[in-house]
Amino acid sequence: MASKHSEREEMVDRRQFILRAAAACGVAAAAGAWGYIFYSNEPVRRSGTKIYTFKDYRTEDKKLFPQLAVVHGTDADRMVRAAIEKVGGMARFVSPGDKVLLKPNAAWDRQPEQAANTNPAVVAAVVKLCLEARAAEVWVTDVSVNDPDRCFTRSGIGAAVKKAGGTVRLAAENDFVLTDLKGDSLKVWPVSRFYHQADKLINLPIVKNHSLSKCTMAMKNLYGSLGGQRNRLHQDINTSIADLTAAIRPTLTVLDATRVLRKNGPTGGNLSDVAIGNTVIAGTDIVAVESYGLRFLDLKVEDIPFIVMAEKKGIGISDWKSLNVAELNI
Amino acid sequence: MIEKLLSLRNIRRTYAVFFLLLFILLVWLTGFRRIRGYETQLFIDLDPLAAIASFLTSWTVYKGLALSLFIIIGTIFFGRFFCSWICPMGIINQITGSIFNKLRAVDTIALNSYRPLYRIKYYILVLLLALAAFGSLQTGLFDPLAVITRSFAVSVFPGLNYSSGWLYLRQPVFQGGTLLGVIFVAVLFANRFLPRFWCRVICPLGALLGLLSFRPVFGIWRDVDRCNDCRKCLGHCHGGCDPHSALRTCECHVCMNCIEDCPEGAVHYGLPRAASSIHKPLDVNRRRLMESALAGAVIFPIMRSTITSKTSPRYRVIRPPGSLVEGDFLRRCIKCGECMKVCPTNAIQPALTEAGFEGIWTPVLINSIGYCEYNCVLCGHLCPTGAITPLTLERKLGKAAGRKPVRIGTAFYDRGRCLPWAMNIDCIVCEEVCPTSPKAIWFETVEVKLRDGTTKMLKRPYVDPNICIGCGICENKCPIHDRAAVRVTSIGETRSLTNQMILKS
Repeated sequence: MASKHSEREEMVDRRQFILRAAAACGVAAAAGAWGYIFYSNEPVRRSGTKIYTFKDYRTEDKKLFPQLAVVHGTDADRMVRAAIEKVGGMARFVSPGDKVLLKPNAAWDRQPEQAANTNPAVVAAVVKLCLEARAAEVWVTDVSVNDPDRCFTRSGIGAAVKKAGGTVRLAAENDFVLTDLKGDSLKVWPVSRFYHQADKLINLPIVKNHSLSKCTMAMKNLYGSLGGQRNRLHQDINTSIADLTAAIRPTLTVLDATRVLRKNGPTGGNLSDVAIGNTVIAGTDIVAVESYGLRFLDLKVEDIPFIVMAEKKGIGISDWKSLNVAELNI
Repeated sequence: MIEKLLSLRNIRRTYAVFFLLLFILLVWLTGFRRIRGYETQLFIDLDPLAAIASFLTSWTVYKGLALSLFIIIGTIFFGRFFCSWICPMGIINQITGSIFNKLRAVDTIALNSYRPLYRIKYYILVLLLALAAFGSLQTGLFDPLAVITRSFAVSVFPGLNYSSGWLYLRQPVFQGGTLLGVIFVAVLFANRFLPRFWCRVICPLGALLGLLSFRPVFGIWRDVDRCNDCRKCLGHCHGGCDPHSALRTCECHVCMNCIEDCPEGAVHYGLPRAASSIHKPLDVNRRRLMESALAGAVIFPIMRSTITSKTSPRYRVIRPPGSLVEGDFLRRCIKCGECMKVCPTNAIQPALTEAGFEGIWTPVLINSIGYCEYNCVLCGHLCPTGAITPLTLERKLGKAAGRKPVRIGTAFYDRGRCLPWAMNIDCIVCEEVCPTSPKAIWFETVEVKLRDGTTKMLKRPYVDPNICIGCGICENKCPIHDRAAVRVTSIGETRSLTNQMILKS
């Protein structure tokens, strides 16, 4: 009796056999080719990541303007305007159509009165000046230590920037690109891509006490451009800061000494840690600005190794008295 | 046309979609960047199971949980409408079920008829309420609103963010998030085999609402004179409540589908009429109920005879600021995950076994992932059951005269791993980030001799236990970041009188 499952396979004729054999050879050849093309002695394939370098954000040095402008007063907006006017006006630094990046210190979840972050009024004034100089876009960024949203909210910088017409851009994880700092201790580090997209960079630090580096002002503020595991920088903090200053050359530095954090830096938290400085300093020489700021913390240039190192690298002049300094009260 | 669109079924669908979207919106809003005092915990506040169970454990109906009275009273009048009109878990199960199953009429009749299996949820409810009566709140394991809030906060939203990247600045990560995600997907997948499996078989909140609707004022009634026993009413029945015979009100979700499906117009919602069929009472086996309660009575002492975070303090169990003392905390936490969603640094994590079996998925801080933000009190303000009490910033930071800050633990140095202590390398990042003023971490500058015989000045850190609040930022920012050289443990926490070490503080 025949099987119940009685469907019969068709016979293979010559033509069919050739076709089937050809197809099998084709698949076999593809498998062989796959093995040949992708054969490797390496267990993983290394994709070449682009490594960026910082551009020089500085504009042409003009000797007719003072290198340092120091303005005393109480109205932050007017002080910033006066200081930048003295060193040549914003038009000297920002050309129409530029994308300008501002780097305030917005590292901490603290209120403006606690002087752990740059005064929002100073940041807003600079944003307005950039827009008046017809900058295409003004971005404000920092890689905060505390939660960045909270830092920009509580410091008042977020709201002030928005009101002045700028944009806060916070770096998400995928916004960091590898950048070669070519330093003695800092080599390749992740830096937010905004630094490579911007045409001009304005450094907006605040004067603060710091337990390890003694002070944190314009030069240490550049820490906030780095992502990654930057807490390792403390192990050689002076070389690190000097490296950063050599790698990143801001267009302009506006130092906020309206309030000064004299103790418990760099976080503060208590109003008794804060002194009123009522001063804004603007300059193109970051080392000179830094050295001038030391007076608010009763420090001298010799106490601060990274200033000496930066000067040795030829980044700037620590003896600000030798420069053309404009000082005024408003 | 308009009358056709305004069918009872479409009205219910509109409510269902509205409440599901509202739920998703509220979970999405739960985060520092979006929160503006919205009632983001609304759905848990509406949850009668959370209200009743936490009432049994601690004899209070906490704040917003009073809103659950709307559901309780509504159910007594209108039946178990919550499950298919409001409950996001029920609605999401319904939607998945209708995607999975495109059934023939015979299959729907088989799948949508009542099954004795549906009794299980009553036994689960009785077991959980028995445990609650003894003082252990475990409803959160099965409470649908806790389950869905937790799943969304800990796995669905982080997963969405991973694929899209637009929700957060930093990808949120949660320990055991995969487990919670898989459980949630498994619950949804069960609809493949039995529509509304979770709602009909497991859900203790459904069981509680079923009990409340054993004789509702308004109900679904079938006219025995008009009915020709075609069973089309079973075609889209949500609850599996047998509308074709004696309807089981305890199972009925008042989804109104039977009314729409009846070709004879024999089914209506409202008060009974002259020819209305009888309803069937609650179908549970009294013996099984007693057994379930007894199981609770047996499990409870066994659970309390193991080492938990309550019997002896667990050093890793660092609770969010404002948390009640551990015993009371476990009496109130339903593991809903609101605090984990809102925590700006991602520090609050669902516990696995750190806090014992009772504490599974309760919030603990893991400082290697985040830290307690000094100026933040969001978690306590969102906690729907009061396990974490709301703090003002003044209270948390101890700014008011004579008040001490709220402390959640104390930091300790592991001098064998700390760079300045173990290897004479400069560091003190911990001191830099310490948020208190004066800083709880201080340092001593010492002259140390190096291997090559030279000397250098080095700053070595210490913790001042009277100032440290246990926020954990030092541990979080320590460069030895696989196992930090400064670590916070729970000792010294303000909420406990016994988990203390310093005599005078």
